[in-house]
Amino acid sequence: MTGAQILIECLKREGVEVIFGYPGGSVLPIFDKLYDADIKFILTRHEQGAAHAADGYARATGKTGVCLATSGPGATNLTTGIANAYMDSIPVVAITGQVKSFLIGNDAFQEADVTGVTRPITKHNYLVKNVNDLARIIREAFHIASTGRPGPVLIDIPVDIQQKDIDFIWPETVDIRGYKPTYIGHPGQIKKAAKLIAKANKPIIYAGGGVITSGASPELKALAEKIKAPVTWTLMGIGCFPATHELALGMLGMHGTAYANHATMESDLIIAVGARFDDRVTGRIDKFAPYAKVIHIDIDPSSISKNVKVDIPIVGDARNILKELLEEIDKIPDTSDWLKTIQAWKRKHPLTYQYKGKINPQYVIEQIDEVTGGEAIIATEVGQNQMWAAQWYKYKYPRTFISSGGLGTMGFGFPAAMGAKVGKPEKIVFDVAGDGSIQMNIQELATCVCNKINVKVAILNNGYLGMVRQWQELFYKKRYSYTCLYNPDFVKLAESYGASGIRVTKKEDVRPAIEKAIAIDNTVFIDFIVEPEENVYPMVPAGEAINRMIGGMA
Amino acid sequence: MKHTISVIVENKPGVLARVAGLFSARGYNIASLAVSETLDPTISCMTIVVEAEDEKILEQIKKQLNKLIDVIKVTDFTKKEHVERELILVKVNCPVKDKIKLEGLLNKYIAKIIKYKDNAAIIEVVGEEAQIKQLLEALNQFGVIDLIRTGKIAMI
Repeated sequence: MTGAQILIECLKREGVEVIFGYPGGSVLPIFDKLYDADIKFILTRHEQGAAHAADGYARATGKTGVCLATSGPGATNLTTGIANAYMDSIPVVAITGQVKSFLIGNDAFQEADVTGVTRPITKHNYLVKNVNDLARIIREAFHIASTGRPGPVLIDIPVDIQQKDIDFIWPETVDIRGYKPTYIGHPGQIKKAAKLIAKANKPIIYAGGGVITSGASPELKALAEKIKAPVTWTLMGIGCFPATHELALGMLGMHGTAYANHATMESDLIIAVGARFDDRVTGRIDKFAPYAKVIHIDIDPSSISKNVKVDIPIVGDARNILKELLEEIDKIPDTSDWLKTIQAWKRKHPLTYQYKGKINPQYVIEQIDEVTGGEAIIATEVGQNQMWAAQWYKYKYPRTFISSGGLGTMGFGFPAAMGAKVGKPEKIVFDVAGDGSIQMNIQELATCVCNKINVKVAILNNGYLGMVRQWQELFYKKRYSYTCLYNPDFVKLAESYGASGIRVTKKEDVRPAIEKAIAIDNTVFIDFIVEPEENVYPMVPAGEAINRMIGGMA
Repeated sequence: MKHTISVIVENKPGVLARVAGLFSARGYNIASLAVSETLDPTISCMTIVVEAEDEKILEQIKKQLNKLIDVIKVTDFTKKEHVERELILVKVNCPVKDKIKLEGLLNKYIAKIIKYKDNAAIIEVVGEEAQIKQLLEALNQFGVIDLIRTGKIAMI
């Protein structure tokens, strides 16, 4: 078999159903084999779209996403998507062509040192120098991407390696001596955690993306209900616990709910599960949760005590550890007063907005939630649209909220929604977008239309780069430096690609437009002309403690 | 505080760049670095000396090193009983008349002249940091022309 054939054969054996990518000179042998391979290939219109689509597919399905691009510019166009997957611990395998082995380092046409470029933004990467290593490398790549704390792995394959003919040997096992993730939590630490929980009066569970990765939602719910602790979550944790549950506090941090932030600050015990105390969560770190002891469950030892001092670290898989912890807990804390206090905060300081004559973006999200019954997959771009989508949709299940958390990549949502829809064709998939973000990967309209990937894009069109404008309003004396946008006619634009477009300017038309968009068997852009200077509240200014909110309770 | 860290790694291309990248990305300067194959030719040992102002950042770097797929083991020798050595080559001015004096000085250390030419001596010195520092100070009286060091290696 040739290297290219080996690649396809290995991908099939790894269970890959779909590849997102873009052809080019250095991957011609691979594309020649793809031509009659029984793996679905989706031709995106930009390599960045392919990387985000693979990422969105992985988030929606839990499987490893695969993207493919040529050398040089093809590969460098993947890098934003790779960095995005790295920051959010998403399993992606990126395959890139490379110039012929003997030309590497020669400034050959379309050459870039891709393993060099992606070294700090991949969990691991490989340059294949011998075709005999190819099968082993592919196996290792999938193993590394999907186990431990997941992440992207890149395989750079020179053209001549793709062409070389050898006997194919499938490595039955993977053994990497430097890579042995810890899955089982230390029993002594779990015992200590159970004891600490028994003594807590004001416990709070702080859940992150790790809960979703490990599939620990049922155990998390069981823990919350057993110890009667409220649950708050990070942006990445959205969906890990039902927003409709009585113990749910919603998201915490910079744009978290007032009651989640106050509960965190007042708590005497934080049980952190698969979350990393990111600066958007903690705000000013030396003022963060001053009364709380911290139990931190995480599969990545380097997350522990990185930002916040941890009293009881437990390294391992969240699901395993929560199961053990549930067995270990026999004494249950009395949290009734605590829950009453939280109920009072919830009643007094709910999320809110005011109608000022134009459509409220928050209202659009509420309506999408009502129309879909909280059953849709919601992808987002980055900025105000993302925060409103996080705050106002009631997510009930893991893997239904798909958003660029760590890297904050504008242009992520649309291709990610596309990837999610490919992975979950039975689901309604929305991309909640801003008029700025949607233009960053708008070329994927062609991909959606050609492949009949029906994604509904709700553009919250305020004519601004809304979040930056909000900061300029609040902290830069309303000097709107380069945040006002001139936009195309999104309806005509969608139609020119063969998609459908709907424009909505009145509140009463919001719901019918959403219903209509869902009914149309096509990708639809809904251009919601919204209140231009609406802000996301509550908001914790950068560098403040998280209970010092604007638009929350001070 | 100076830390001597030993990193056992896969003997593969690119591994040094990965390891060095973790330090450089955090603005940490590597004071010295010695890399070589071990008894097992598939494994290399990197001995890294780094000045850490903030122990927390160093702790983070060690954890990050452990996360690298090609890293097999990380040991911080700083708080462990260990031996460490460094080899240096130092060139000093040494007219023929001073040669005996220089040799007298070197006799107190593990040091010897390995080349003598044009009124200059190249000296090989092996030792611990303190000894080397002491000798280098003493050599100043001759006039040091050039100096090169291998970087520290250490063993438990």
